[in-house]
Amino acid sequence: MMARLLMALWLAAAPWAWAADTAQPAAADPALEKRVMALSAELRCLVCQNQSLADSHADLAIDLRNQVRELLAAGKSEAEVKAFMTARYGDFVLYRPPVKSTTVLLWVGPFVLLLVAVAALFVHLARRRRADAQTAEILSGEDAQRARQLLEG
Amino acid sequence: MRARLLLPLALFLVLVGFLALGLRLDPREVPSPLVDKPAPAFSLEQLHQPGARIAAADMKGQVWLLNVWASWCVSCREEHPLLVELGKAKVVPIVGLNYKDRREDALAWLERLGNPYAVSAMDADGRVGIDYGVYGVPETYLIDRDGTIRFKQIGPVTPKVLQDSILPLVKKLRG
Repeated sequence: MMARLLMALWLAAAPWAWAADTAQPAAADPALEKRVMALSAELRCLVCQNQSLADSHADLAIDLRNQVRELLAAGKSEAEVKAFMTARYGDFVLYRPPVKSTTVLLWVGPFVLLLVAVAALFVHLARRRRADAQTAEILSGEDAQRARQLLEG
Repeated sequence: MRARLLLPLALFLVLVGFLALGLRLDPREVPSPLVDKPAPAFSLEQLHQPGARIAAADMKGQVWLLNVWASWCVSCREEHPLLVELGKAKVVPIVGLNYKDRREDALAWLERLGNPYAVSAMDADGRVGIDYGVYGVPETYLIDRDGTIRFKQIGPVTPKVLQDSILPLVKKLRG
């Protein structure tokens, strides 16, 4: 029982210990740190690809975050830092890639699919309406009356 | 009517096609924007001779390989015998970029496994690595006489890559 309790305590404390262990050399200036984190959230960690630089604890992510901090501290703009990163790692580092010939499909694709789906829906509805009109014509006059009689019993 | 019944099957096959293609692609292989761009300049301390430096500019006029390695890097072991062989054959000079490593570890590693490098530069803080867009060691760059990167291999150099890509390109670049 005691051992279990200790284990639970240890597990509860572990994340804090770990966080303390990997704490970043934060900039003294909180405003700068905020910019660093905001910009890092826009950049992809190359090692663990579905995390941003801000979230990742990979060595390279830490190095790159430090690089971002340094560039911003040196007075570079957000756009200049992004340019620095894409020059080295390509558009892949950006979570929001720029619109250009190779990324057009990525940006426009979903809207094209939506248009196709809407068009298909309209075609389908138009066809059905035509089919309905046809059945209405087939049962005209006497037939329609007979059908109604049969249905109503 | 029959064509309409086949539509889901056709869509399914298209989907399978895309998924099959997706399985073959390696998401870790990020195309480098540095290919056909000038190799970033660096000047770093040499691994074997503390105090002496090696710069990218020193290699101007030669076709050379820049191999990013580290003693802590597991996949580096995989490609190392091939590099040692290549180094012995003296086909193309290999410059090592010892990435975020400790000197004694790096030296011991080369002592044990062989040293294929004409010279190794020490990139202890990984700055030059960032300039070269390194994100997974080992990485290998083929750089031409003018100092332009012509090819980049991410991950271990395999005999296939060496035979099919690197060596023919070295030959071509030498003219």
